[in-house]
Amino acid sequence: MKCRKCGQRATINMRQHKLALCEEHFLDWFVERTRRTIRKDGMFTADERVLVAVSGGKDSLSLWDVLLRLGYQADGLYIDLGIDGDPGYSHRSLEYARAFAADRSEAHLHVVDVAAEYGETIPQVAQRKLRGRGKPCSVCGLIKRHEMNRIAQQHGYSVLATGHNLDDEVAVLLGNTLHWQVGYLARQAPVLEERDGLTRKVKPFCRLYEREVAAYAIVRGIDYIYEECPHVEGSTTLVYKQLLSRLEVESPGAKLQFYLGFLRARKEGLLANQPEPVTLNPCPVCGQPTSVPGPCAFCRLWEPTGEKGRSRLGSPPS
Amino acid sequence: MRVVHRDKVWEFEGRMTVRQVIDRTGLIRGTVLPVRNGKLLTEDTILEADDEIKLVAVVSGG
Repeated sequence: MKCRKCGQRATINMRQHKLALCEEHFLDWFVERTRRTIRKDGMFTADERVLVAVSGGKDSLSLWDVLLRLGYQADGLYIDLGIDGDPGYSHRSLEYARAFAADRSEAHLHVVDVAAEYGETIPQVAQRKLRGRGKPCSVCGLIKRHEMNRIAQQHGYSVLATGHNLDDEVAVLLGNTLHWQVGYLARQAPVLEERDGLTRKVKPFCRLYEREVAAYAIVRGIDYIYEECPHVEGSTTLVYKQLLSRLEVESPGAKLQFYLGFLRARKEGLLANQPEPVTLNPCPVCGQPTSVPGPCAFCRLWEPTGEKGRSRLGSPPS
Repeated sequence: MRVVHRDKVWEFEGRMTVRQVIDRTGLIRGTVLPVRNGKLLTEDTILEADDEIKLVAVVSGG
């Protein structure tokens, strides 16, 4: 198979685009597609500072790489969740993020160690709270969202960028559609604007297949953590991704059409009659925005638990 | 040929395309990227009996 641009041996064939490209032209195509998404969705401008949420995986490191290549002021944030002991999965992931930043003089990496900051790792706090029993993913998501926003606000970043790719978005879309979670559908977008103390969130890879992002990381020689989080086994997201990938084999472009059709319908007002988002107020403990009266869900994680009144292990966030 | 995917290994006889190899492993095309000597391969690439390829998983569950 030949590259459509230059006729050299193709390195990847993207059936959904009817496009085969060599290494050089694939990298150009990938960066350009990201640039166009950033502009089309008005994600951010060249004079804004971007904080990239970095996990050490292919998506976030590739995103950081592309943003730097495009000349954006992009720093990284790694949140050490304390998964799988010490040295464990989180520490190995951090090493990939550190190595990436060390190779690029313009890249600054912020690191938040949840256990050092609050006294417990994510598996520990999940074990203690009803919300996380059995699986810590919900607690993990809550803590990451809180900490990403806290660091973005504290350091004056206008935008928080995550490496969510098309497959991530389509899996969420399928889940929300299967359960007719109309409120969630209304909030699923490439850009979530800033409001009431929440930093703007953007997903510059939302139109790129996960396979394309992985190919970019391989061709660019980006070292990323290949192993999966040990808690991911049995996740619904993985089940949806497998289903959608089977569909894609039979019908190339199905995932892209599903997502783009959704964005079009959304823009045309399909989900316009939703109630206004609830008003957010500062949490009395940490100052971050919350929709509930009293301490936010994050701060409630660190409160003593249950009748036995287990003592608080962590300091309250400040 | 030898085919590696995470901690799984397959051995196949004879020449065949990358696409045939992926199908014989039972993996879903599009969820793996075929790599030989660090270079990506397209699915129409013909593999020789003594080739070794890695099928890099591209799907993560986060």
